[in-house]
Amino acid sequence: MADLKVNIAGIESPNPFWLASAPPANTGDQVMRAFDAGWGGAVWKTLGEPIVNTWSRYGALDLNGQKMMGLNNIELITDRPLEVNFREIAEVKKRYPKHAVIVSLMVEAKREAWHEIVKRAIDAGADGLELNFGCPHGMSERGMGSAVGQVPDYTCQITEWAKEASTIPVLVKLTPNITDVRFAARAAKRGGADGVSLINTINSITSVDLDTFAPRPTVSGYSSHGGYCGPAVKPIALNMVSEIARDPETAGIPISGIGGISNWRDAVEFFLLGATTVQVCTAVMHYGFRIVEDMIDGLNNYLDEKGLANVHELCGKSVGHIRDWKNLDLNYVVRANIDQNKCIGCGLCYTACNDGAHQAIGAKPADNGRTEVWVIEEACVGCNLCSLVCPVEQCISMQQIPVDAEPCSWEQYSSGKGKLAPRPQDNH
Amino acid sequence: MSEHSASSYKLGELKPALSRNEALAEANRCLFCYDAPCTRACPTHIDVPKFIKKIASENLKGSAKTILEANILGASCARVCPTEVLCEGACVLNDLHDKPIKIGRLQRYATDPFVMEGTQLFQAGEATGKKVAIVGGGPAGLACAHELTLLGHEAVVFEAQARLGGLNTYGIADYKLDIETSLKEVDWVQSIGFSVRTNTRIGQDVSMSELLADYDAVFIGVGLGSIPTLGMPGEDLAGYEDALVFIDTLKHQSIDQVSLKGQRVAVIGGGNTAIDAVSQSASLGAEKVYMVYRRGREDMGAYDHEIDLALSKGTVEIVYMAQPTEILGEGGKVTGLKCVRHRLKAADASGKSGIEVIEDSDFVLPVDRVFRATGQAKYRDFFAGVDGLEVDRSGRVVVDGNGKTSIDKLWASGDCANGGKEVVNAVAEGKAAAQHIHQALEAKTHG
Ligand SMILES: Cc1cc2nc3c(=O)[nH]c(=O)nc-3n(C[C@H](O)[C@H](O)[C@H](O)COP(=O)(O)OP(=O)(O)OC[C@H]3O[C@@H](n4cnc5c(N)ncnc54)[C@H](O)[C@@H]3O)c2cc1C
Ligand SMILES: Cc1cc2nc3c(=O)[nH]c(=O)nc-3n(C[C@H](O)[C@H](O)[C@H](O)COP(=O)(O)O)c2cc1C
Ligand code: SF4
Repeated sequence: MADLKVNIAGIESPNPFWLASAPPANTGDQVMRAFDAGWGGAVWKTLGEPIVNTWSRYGALDLNGQKMMGLNNIELITDRPLEVNFREIAEVKKRYPKHAVIVSLMVEAKREAWHEIVKRAIDAGADGLELNFGCPHGMSERGMGSAVGQVPDYTCQITEWAKEASTIPVLVKLTPNITDVRFAARAAKRGGADGVSLINTINSITSVDLDTFAPRPTVSGYSSHGGYCGPAVKPIALNMVSEIARDPETAGIPISGIGGISNWRDAVEFFLLGATTVQVCTAVMHYGFRIVEDMIDGLNNYLDEKGLANVHELCGKSVGHIRDWKNLDLNYVVRANIDQNKCIGCGLCYTACNDGAHQAIGAKPADNGRTEVWVIEEACVGCNLCSLVCPVEQCISMQQIPVDAEPCSWEQYSSGKGKLAPRPQDNH
Repeated sequence: MSEHSASSYKLGELKPALSRNEALAEANRCLFCYDAPCTRACPTHIDVPKFIKKIASENLKGSAKTILEANILGASCARVCPTEVLCEGACVLNDLHDKPIKIGRLQRYATDPFVMEGTQLFQAGEATGKKVAIVGGGPAGLACAHELTLLGHEAVVFEAQARLGGLNTYGIADYKLDIETSLKEVDWVQSIGFSVRTNTRIGQDVSMSELLADYDAVFIGVGLGSIPTLGMPGEDLAGYEDALVFIDTLKHQSIDQVSLKGQRVAVIGGGNTAIDAVSQSASLGAEKVYMVYRRGREDMGAYDHEIDLALSKGTVEIVYMAQPTEILGEGGKVTGLKCVRHRLKAADASGKSGIEVIEDSDFVLPVDRVFRATGQAKYRDFFAGVDGLEVDRSGRVVVDGNGKTSIDKLWASGDCANGGKEVVNAVAEGKAAAQHIHQALEAKTHG
C-alpha cells in the first residue's frame, strides 16, 4: 500500500485530502467528525471580525437530472465569535495532533489587524495559515477577499504583513475572478507566501425565477452575485493550477488544489497538474464527510497500480504535457472512426458534425428504422466532436492517421522551418 | 464485463451483465442515501451506496472488496438474490422514478472481474492452530469456512456431492446462475486456502462423533434434502419426479436432452421451487404448464415477480385450490394428473382459514410429466444421530442468533436451521457462526 502522507510547504498531513474553508469546516465538532471519517486536514472556515449573514444564501445548477453540478453562495466568513473558534481549534489540535489544521484568515487591510489575528491563530495551535484573498461577494465590497486578490500589489503587501507575524507556513488562497492567475500567484510569492491554494469561488448568478424575475438565491425579492463552485468549475481550476505550476516564476511553489473535486479521480488530476493537497467543499456539502473513504481507497489502489510509493511521486507529472499552442504538432492527424457493430443509429454524430462542425458525417435511413451513419474521410478535420456526443462507449474513436510529413508546429511553420501535411480544407 | 456473459446459459440469462456505459450511468443515478435502506434490507448488510459510489469513481477493486468483505458469495447473490424484495425493493427511488437502482446487476459488474477472473482479494489470517470441520459445502458452509480461514483457523469442508456450492451448483434455476459460474465462484472462495473433502457424506463415510472428537469445533450446513413422494397412487410412473432432480438435470445436460417440446407438464406446489420448475418447463418448450396449488394466490410462497415471470411465458396456467390425488398412466408412463378441488373453510383461532375437499369435484389434467415441488425434507435421521442435538418439530436444528446448537462445540446454519430461505441468508448466518466460533475458540485459548 502506498504512503498517503504529504508535506506541503512544511505542513504535514496524514493524507492529501482536506476540507476547504467553508461550512463543512465551520465548527470543531464538524472538523473532528471529518477527521474520524478519514480527512487528513481541514482549512477552518475563514476567521475575521464577525459578520452577519443573510438567511437564504445558496443556489444551485442542476444538469439533466444531476443535482448540484454547480453551487453558488452569498455567504460571508464565520459568523461565530473569534474566541469560540480559537477555543475549538485548540481543542481539535489537542485531540488530533497529527492532522493538519489550517486557519483561514481575512481582516481589513491594516498591518496591526493582520499581525494580531495571525498571532491568535498560531496561539490556538494552527499548523498553517491560509489568507483568504478570494471571496468574491460581500466581503469584497468591504475591501477584503477578492478585492485584495484582484490587485497583485495588495496581495503582496498583505502577504508580507502576515509573514512578518507568522512562525508557521502561510498559504495564499487565490481568486479565479482575475484575467491571469499567474500575476496573483507571483505577487503572493513576492510577499513571501509558502504556498498557494486555488481556486476560490467564481462570480456568478446561477438562475433566475421566471415568474418573480428575482435571481436565486433570493433574499426578499433580490439577489446578489455569488461565488460559484462544485463539479462545474473543475476545468477552470485545473487550468489555473497548471498555469502556476508551469510559470517559471512560480514553478515549484506548493499548491493546494481546490474546485469541483468530488472523488479520487478528480484529486489525481489536480496532483498530476501540480497540486500536493486538495481541498473539498461542495462534494462534502452534498454527500457528507464519508466520501473521503473512497478518495483514500481509490487513490491507494491507483498508486499501487501505477507502482508509485507516495503522492509526491504523482505531483506535477502532467505539467510537462502542457505546451503553448504554438508548439503543438500541426501534422498529428486523427480522424473519426465509427464502429458499426456498436452504433445504435441515433444520428447524434451526424447532426453535430453537419450543423456544428465540418459536414464530415453522412447519414441515411437504415432498414432497421434507425439511422445509418458513416465518416466522410476527406472532410473530417478530426475535431473529436462526434466522439464527444456519441452516447455509446468506444463507438466513435479517433484514430491516428500516419502522414508522410515530419512533425511541424505553428512556430516552426510560421518561421519557414516546417512543412504542413495536406488538410481537408485543401480539397475545397 | 461482457466476456462473462458469454457462458452457457441454456435458456438465456434473466439479468445479463452491464456494460461499462450502463454501469456508470446506473451508478451515477444512486442518491447515496444516509443510513441506506438497501443496506439495511440486505441480510449480509453490504454497504450498497459505498460500493456503487466506487463504481462511479471507477475504483472497481475497492467496490468489489466492499461487497465481498460483507458477503463472500456476492457474485452469485448478485444473480440469484430476490432483489425485488430485498435491496432494490427498499430503494427510495421506487417512490420517485418508479425504477430502483439495479443493485444486483451493479454488484455483478463490480465482483465479476475479480471472482470470475480468479483474482484473490483476501488472505488467510495468521494461523491459530485451531481446526474446524464444516459439514456441507453449500453457501452456509462456504461462508463459514472462508470467514474462519480469514480469522486464521484451519477449516476443512466435508461435502457429500462431487462438487461444492450446494444448491448454487445443483439447484438454482439455470437462467439465474449456471453451473460454470457457480463453480468458478466456488474455486475463487476456496482459493483463500481451506481444504475440502468432496464425495464424503458425514453420518455415512465419517461419523459426527469422530468430527466432534477430532476438531475444535464443528459447523453443520447441510441444507435440506430431496422432496419426498406424496403417497398417492401412480408415483412409480416414468415422467414423475422430484422438481429438484429435474432442475439439476437441466443444469447438467444439453438443451436437446432436456427439451419438453410438445409435452404437457404439471408442477405440484406453490413455492419458489415450484415456480422455478414452471418457468423452466415453459422455457424448455412445453406446450402447456399447469401449476397445481392447494390454496389461493395470497397463500403462495412464490415471489410475485417470479409468478409474473412464469405467467409472462403464455403457456402457464395456475390451478388454485386443487389437490392431486393420483397420477394416471399408460404403459408405465404418465398420461395425466387427477385432482380434487378445495374450498375455504371458516377461519380457525389463528385467523387462517382452513381448506376442505369439495366432494365429487375430481378432474384430470392431461399431462406427460409431473414434478413435485412440495417442500424439501429435513435431514431428521442425520440430526437424530447426533447425541443431544435439539431439533424442532418441523425438523430444523435449533440454534441461537449465532448459530450455536444445543450441544458443545457444534454450530449450524443455513437452510437446515432456518428451514429454507435464500442464499444470502445462508451466507449471513454461516459468517456469523464463524465469528461466534472464533470467539469461542479465542475464549478457550485465553480463558
Ligand atoms: C429450486 C430452488 C431454487 C432456489 N432459488 C433460489 C434463488 O433464486 N435465490 C436464492 O437466493 N435462493 C434460492 N434458493 C434457496 C437457496 O438455494 C438456499 O437457501 C441455499 O442454497 C442454502 O444454503 P445452505 O448452504 O444452507 O444449503 P445447501 O445449498 O443445500 O447446501 C448444503 C450442502 O450440504 C451438503 N450435504 C448435505 N448433507 C451432507 C452430509 N451429511 N455430509 C456432507 N455434506 C452434506 C449438500 O450436498 C450440499 O452441498 C433456491 C432453492 C431451491 C431448492
Ligand atoms: C457556502 C460556501 C462558503 C464558503 N466560504 C468560504 C470561506 O469562508 N472562505 C474561503 O476561503 N472559501 C470559502 N468558500 C469557497 C470554498 O472554500 C472553495 O474554495 C470552493 O467552494 C471551491 O471548492 P468546491 O468546488 O469543492 O466547492 C465557500 C464556499 C461555499 C460553497
Ligand atoms: S440545510 Fe439545514 S440549515 Fe439549511 S435550510 Fe436545510 S435545515 Fe436549514
